[in-house]
Amino acid sequence: MAVLLTKESKVICQGFTGAQGTFHSERAIDYNTKIVGGVTPEKGGTKHLNVPVFNTVAEAKKETGCNASGVFVPPPFAADAILEAVEAELDLVVCITDGIPTSDMQRVKREMKGCKTRLVGPNCPGVLTPGIGKIGIIPGHICKPGRIGVVSRSGTLSYESAVQTAELGQSTIIGIGGDPVNGTNFVDALELFLDDNDTDGIVLIGEIGGTAEIDGADFIKSWDGKTKKPVAAFVAGAAAPKGRKLGHAGAIVNSGAETADAKKEALKSAGVVVADTITTIGDAMRKAMKI
Amino acid sequence: MDIHEYQAKQLLSKFGVNVPPGEVVYQTHEAENIVSWLNEDKIVVKAQVHAGGRGKAGGIKVCSGDEQVVKTVDKMIGMKIITPQTSESGKTVRRVYLEKGYDVQKELYLCITVDRETGGNTIIYSRKGGVNIEEVSEKTPNEIHNMKIAPGSDLLTHHARTIVYNLGLKGAIAKKAQKNILSVYKAFVSLDAAMIEINPFAITKNEDVVILDCKASFDDNALYRQRTVAEMKDENEYDPLELEAARHDLNYVKLDGNIGLMVNGAGLSMATMDIIKYYGGEAANFMDVAGAATPERVAAAFKLIYKDPDVQGILINIFGGMMRCNDIATGLVNASKEVGLNKPLVVRLEGTNVDMGKEILINSGFPIKPVDTMEQAAQDVVKMVEENR
Repeated sequence: MAVLLTKESKVICQGFTGAQGTFHSERAIDYNTKIVGGVTPEKGGTKHLNVPVFNTVAEAKKETGCNASGVFVPPPFAADAILEAVEAELDLVVCITDGIPTSDMQRVKREMKGCKTRLVGPNCPGVLTPGIGKIGIIPGHICKPGRIGVVSRSGTLSYESAVQTAELGQSTIIGIGGDPVNGTNFVDALELFLDDNDTDGIVLIGEIGGTAEIDGADFIKSWDGKTKKPVAAFVAGAAAPKGRKLGHAGAIVNSGAETADAKKEALKSAGVVVADTITTIGDAMRKAMKI
Repeated sequence: MDIHEYQAKQLLSKFGVNVPPGEVVYQTHEAENIVSWLNEDKIVVKAQVHAGGRGKAGGIKVCSGDEQVVKTVDKMIGMKIITPQTSESGKTVRRVYLEKGYDVQKELYLCITVDRETGGNTIIYSRKGGVNIEEVSEKTPNEIHNMKIAPGSDLLTHHARTIVYNLGLKGAIAKKAQKNILSVYKAFVSLDAAMIEINPFAITKNEDVVILDCKASFDDNALYRQRTVAEMKDENEYDPLELEAARHDLNYVKLDGNIGLMVNGAGLSMATMDIIKYYGGEAANFMDVAGAATPERVAAAFKLIYKDPDVQGILINIFGGMMRCNDIATGLVNASKEVGLNKPLVVRLEGTNVDMGKEILINSGFPIKPVDTMEQAAQDVVKMVEENR
């Protein structure tokens, strides 16, 4: 079954004919993702990578029956692209674009309140279900079909996690991105994996800044014995100096609850096996699963 | 992006926020004109640097009389401000702000910032403003209030009314405070601010509401449409290496250790800093070679780290995914030739053509050590730097 990206997913790419959209759509097609078309305004009616190009998402949906989209549109126009996909009522929108103004995402958040579309990202590596397909930029060859769900704020750390859990394999890898205002958070992803029959264990990779990891820990605490699944976690940024912004990771340590140590403690108290370094996250997962 | 206090006040005044009259000076002689123009009994002389805690570090002086003001300005320009928010060597004062001084009856605190929890904005405020606000939040957290505004929603009059009541204000003062709070919020949204902190948000003895100190930082991602703000960038406030990194589109932050880092991805960069600390070392920098780590970008990033005199050893950790490791290795060897590499360099590459990449590094003739795992890389670089001391 996997989550988010399944056999039933028909995917389009917004910003399809641009350099990023083209490059990563090619990779996605090589990975056997069901890419049914793409959207680039003014280029409707043409073909790109052997699939049709449309002017609007609504048109693409009508013609192809697509239900998921990957957004590779440049930052000033990305929020608008997300909302176009939301209005077309796609099930899943994955926004890879990095550098969207925060206030644009606040607007997206307001418009999406109560709607059925799920947003992953922005500023994220995307979603990959081994053997099924991918939306985004996660390298396909490092992921193996299996039963571990991976959810990560950081792109490269989700790749590290995939490599380290290679022998167990992954059900789905979800990169939720590091922006301050985003779509899917840890609790959403944990919920999806908890309900997924193909997922036996969960890897959660957090960072300093914000309190999403603490919310995740609280959510894990609320699981009862019957539905519980083993979780392993790592939180990056223990060595980060207080009050300084490190990259676009959106990682600003503002308060005590936002430090790596506080998050690690919260996760430990929820019964999560927490790795000291990212290089032991595979061992932590195996320990949590008692294998 | 951060701006100076006086710049923040200039911006806020355009939104109707009550800001003291004042002017910035770069040289002592400019102060003479400003003093006579201001024509106030009491003038506050304030060092303009991007760091909190100026007051306690001698960067804010209340003066009376022209002569005292000019003398103070003269002393302040060129002095070093050292606060808990600066590096140990401090920051040099290059601009000084002169503004009207007030007799204050109450110092309140007001801050607007993005709330990661709700995705909206939050207004943090307190009756106990002033220089000890951090202590207040630590010891008496119930004195700190929080007003959360839903994502994309406006601050409405009833929100502002709740805030001023909780601040204990009444009558005409409450009305003035309310107006100012609404204006600050409007500025926050219109200018794509990331944080505006006003401390103190002051009530004067003659019952006026005025913004006495202000710090503002802005969303870097929105600067393309906020030209007025973008032009306020003061390059003197940044580490020269950080400026150079920005020109190459590299995310770089200078830190206090001696192990130079070059990593792709912000998360992996932090995790690499963590593992170095875990094995007893300390990173000299955070460096995310954002986007595609092409050989050219890798070489530019490498040269930048190498320039840092604090760096005694370098760790490169690239998870290539789609990149070819042999290309990266070639880029590194070429950059090593250019700088004449003589510091230990440990390289962990992951991706396509790993073995070819390693061979290029081994045969380069430079002290480059390719390793297979991040663990090994961190242990090796910490050890090599220790041995070199």
